[in-house]
Amino acid sequence: MEKSTEKWIVEEKDFLLPEPLLLDCGKTLNGVSLRYETYGKLNADKSNAIMVFHALSGDAHICGYHSPEDAKPGWWSDMVGPGKYIDTDKYFVICSNVLGGCSGSTGPRSINPDTGRMYNSDFPVITIRDMVRAQHALVKSFGIEKLLAVVGGSMGGMQALEWVVNYPEMVRSALPIATTTQLSAQGIAFNWVSREAIKYDPNFKNGEYTAENVPDKGLATARMLAHITYLSDESMGRKFGRGLQKSENYSFNFDYDFQVESYLEHQGRRFVERFDANSYFYITRAIDYFDLASRYKGDLAKAFAKVKSSFLVVSFTSDWLFPSSQSITLVRALLKNKLEVTYVDIDSSYGHDAFLLEFETLGAMVRDFLDNEFKKISENS
Amino acid sequence: MDNSFLNTRRDLQIVSRLIEPDSRILDLGCGDGLFLAYLKKNKNASVLGLELEQQQICKCIANGVPVIQSNLNRKLDFADDKSFDYVILSHTLQELENPALLLEEIVRVGKKAVVSFINFGYFPNRLQLLFTGRMPRNKSLPHEWYNTPNIHLGTIADFQRLCAEKNICIEESIALGSNWDAPFGFGHNLFAPGCVFVLSS
Repeated sequence: MEKSTEKWIVEEKDFLLPEPLLLDCGKTLNGVSLRYETYGKLNADKSNAIMVFHALSGDAHICGYHSPEDAKPGWWSDMVGPGKYIDTDKYFVICSNVLGGCSGSTGPRSINPDTGRMYNSDFPVITIRDMVRAQHALVKSFGIEKLLAVVGGSMGGMQALEWVVNYPEMVRSALPIATTTQLSAQGIAFNWVSREAIKYDPNFKNGEYTAENVPDKGLATARMLAHITYLSDESMGRKFGRGLQKSENYSFNFDYDFQVESYLEHQGRRFVERFDANSYFYITRAIDYFDLASRYKGDLAKAFAKVKSSFLVVSFTSDWLFPSSQSITLVRALLKNKLEVTYVDIDSSYGHDAFLLEFETLGAMVRDFLDNEFKKISENS
Repeated sequence: MDNSFLNTRRDLQIVSRLIEPDSRILDLGCGDGLFLAYLKKNKNASVLGLELEQQQICKCIANGVPVIQSNLNRKLDFADDKSFDYVILSHTLQELENPALLLEEIVRVGKKAVVSFINFGYFPNRLQLLFTGRMPRNKSLPHEWYNTPNIHLGTIADFQRLCAEKNICIEESIALGSNWDAPFGFGHNLFAPGCVFVLSS
């Protein structure tokens, strides 16, 4: 990894889990591999490691470029990098593509070592906790005993929470952003309709599609629907209004007239170039099943009984997919356990996507919070 | 750490004197969190602040003080009964929509509550109203009547009466001047510009 004056080139790596992965569904996955990237240097006492988790459609590539020709940097490059809010000159940052993903980690389009063919619908249904179990093996492989922080937005926040609950001794601080402790009925509903759109694409064939005939129409529709849930009425109104795309008058047909229609169509088209329909099935199901309290008979506070981490919980006022009230539920459960918690409901009109867009407001808070957590280590030693 | 705020806030000096070491403390309307940071460092306190303003919350985070964004016009239902050793409400009571409700809440949540406020019954306030016929304005009450955040100003006597009505026990009451403090006594409702009360349920 080198910092060049032009583009900061970062490297993708693969980690092969040394042992089979036992899953929540009771099945075992053999030969699990995680695609990951690291940024910065792990310090001598291995106390500066931060794990960042991506959301549903993200990947391991947070920041920097893969090659000088690469047009775009990683998905959170506003937040993470040398001198950025999560400063890779100071911290060692790890991010891996989730189990079940389609950006290099083992997922439904990987080859099943038992059959020599793609898993497709034979891939076991996984959970957020399964994703975290695989990441745990990766973190252990660095010899890291305790992460300085686990950070993630949306589904990334769910992983951060599973980390503190499952490995309470291994997490100094957690930053769950724009997330929840259980997916709401509304969230489950959107995921269901997204999957239905894919399912009724004639190319889908119960997940047994070929690389030449992928269910791109269904996947694009799923993405368009989901994309609406990441925005807000206000942000869409401001960005598009009732603006027309092609001419000044209505076309009086059903092709796209409005800018917002054209935008969604574009988002859908771009998404199918980089994402896989089966992964979409498996990851949305993992999100559906996410419910921290369910393992503790519905008592959320009990889920955090063994946790000692400090928390920075952040929600956004216009996020209606993971509304502030759900973060407040989390905060209450943490306070019941007398944990050190900071909670901010950032004033934003960007909806759920605010966790990627409000990087200046969010970034300063994250930077200062991490700075104090890092200082605590030297004060205690 | 910058502790200069203590010089101008005699009430906070008293609060800090009243607080036992190693306590768990909730500060309602904690501002930039500097007072809690001070108690954390000097009293080994475990602290939590409540604050509404995002800018102040950013400062709390920078000052290493855990803080929850919330307004104070609701019940403190995130906190169990007696889950804090002290709940602090300094110079905030008069800004609340429902001071009576919050008073009941702070003695529920805290083993003790420490409340400080400006005494509207202080004689220069009375004289200003009497002689100018207009709402008092001075260094502690700098706003006009129409834009003041101090929507529920009261006197020490008013406060004592409210506590009695709500069956809230006043354990200690201290009258404050700019350079003096004394156990509350006769005439202080007239002669003390400020006060600190220790309450319990």
